[in-house]
Amino acid sequence: MKLIFASLAFLIFAPVVCGILAGFDRIITARMQGRFGPPLLQPFYDVLKLFEKENLQINRFFHSFYLICYLVFMLASGILFFTGQDILLVIFAFTLADIFLVLAAYSTNSPYSFIGAERELLLMMSAEPMILISAVGFFMATKHVSTASFKVADIVTAPSNLIICLPGAFIGLLFILTIKLRKSPFDLSTSHHAHQEIVKGITTEFAGPSLAIVEIVHWYETAIMLGIIFLSFAASPVLAVGVVIAAYFIEILIDNTFARFKWELTLKSSWLVTILFGGINLVVLFIIDKVK
Amino acid sequence: MSFLTKSPWIMHYDGSSCNGCDIEVLACLTPMYDVERFGIVNTGNPKHSDILLITGFVNSQNVDVIRNIYAKMPDPKVVVAIGICALSGNVFKDCYNVLGGIDTVIPVDVYVAGCAARPEAIIDGVVQALSILEAKKKKNIKAANAVATIQG
Repeated sequence: MKLIFASLAFLIFAPVVCGILAGFDRIITARMQGRFGPPLLQPFYDVLKLFEKENLQINRFFHSFYLICYLVFMLASGILFFTGQDILLVIFAFTLADIFLVLAAYSTNSPYSFIGAERELLLMMSAEPMILISAVGFFMATKHVSTASFKVADIVTAPSNLIICLPGAFIGLLFILTIKLRKSPFDLSTSHHAHQEIVKGITTEFAGPSLAIVEIVHWYETAIMLGIIFLSFAASPVLAVGVVIAAYFIEILIDNTFARFKWELTLKSSWLVTILFGGINLVVLFIIDKVK
Repeated sequence: MSFLTKSPWIMHYDGSSCNGCDIEVLACLTPMYDVERFGIVNTGNPKHSDILLITGFVNSQNVDVIRNIYAKMPDPKVVVAIGICALSGNVFKDCYNVLGGIDTVIPVDVYVAGCAARPEAIIDGVVQALSILEAKKKKNIKAANAVATIQG
């Protein structure tokens, strides 16, 4: 029963909260650029408007099919996360959902979508190692404070903040957050800002309701990523919420101060950060474990 | 009330003009005018946009481009012609390569006059286009003829 309530709470509140967060994002971005910015509820207006538009489909069968799979697997990933299931399963469902977005872009048979889809795959290659390292990190950190577990429920109820064991992995995770939130300098596959064809990449051929689904799934995606950030500070929830808000603000700041990277630099820098911070963090945890 | 009026996304195409109107359209995005206050976003992608802003006249080279962009926009959609060149072809009207104003190729809903059109006038034109957009949604008007032209 509790699981059903947790799932429903995720399904309803995640898009509402992340939509409002996106609204604040647009206002803060506008203020940083010396503009006034749109109303707070603008992201909701955008999505509701997109549902009123015609749904232009180039590939009549696969286009909608892949997009619905994208939505379903992202929801599955989120439900698994917020009901406290295995974090590895959450991460792989999350990746699978992303793969369906890539397939949807490939199914439209447009050169701009192809480039977007290729770049999305490269971004996944950049981000996934760090996310997996953080999952292993959570496992090793819970071993230090209580019993070792991959379950989100056990990680949340750990008696002390896991950040003490995972400072490097947390920095790596913040770096990856920029990729997953589609923020500059890593908005290679598609961007929230008004840009031209090649930068709209993966979403170029999605019109009306299709684009609305991509936007809604992105809200769920944001909720899951911010949830993973939350886990490092889960023992003190108020502090954790503060950290999540601060992390999001830093992302907005980075978004507005950095020019877009090329994919080579994206891959190199993210793997460097992954190895330097995430990898060394795990090695240190392992050594401490052996010494004990 | 329809949400179309709360989040009009714009596709901007510069036909063949002196770029004066083109620059005035871009001026609408600057902190001075900041059209994002009204939820207006310059998408640069016809499949994401509701309003097509065209500056400059139609010539024999860009006629297919204009038809193509219009055909790729999902319904409901409106076209705003900006500047005297887009309205009638201006002084270039009798040139050998000039077909005339935008309405010789695709249906235009709002005409914004001026040489160059002021950003205030452009914003006013877009706001007027919004009520037309809403009316098109209510009456379910589709631009089937434009699609037929591009396929033929």
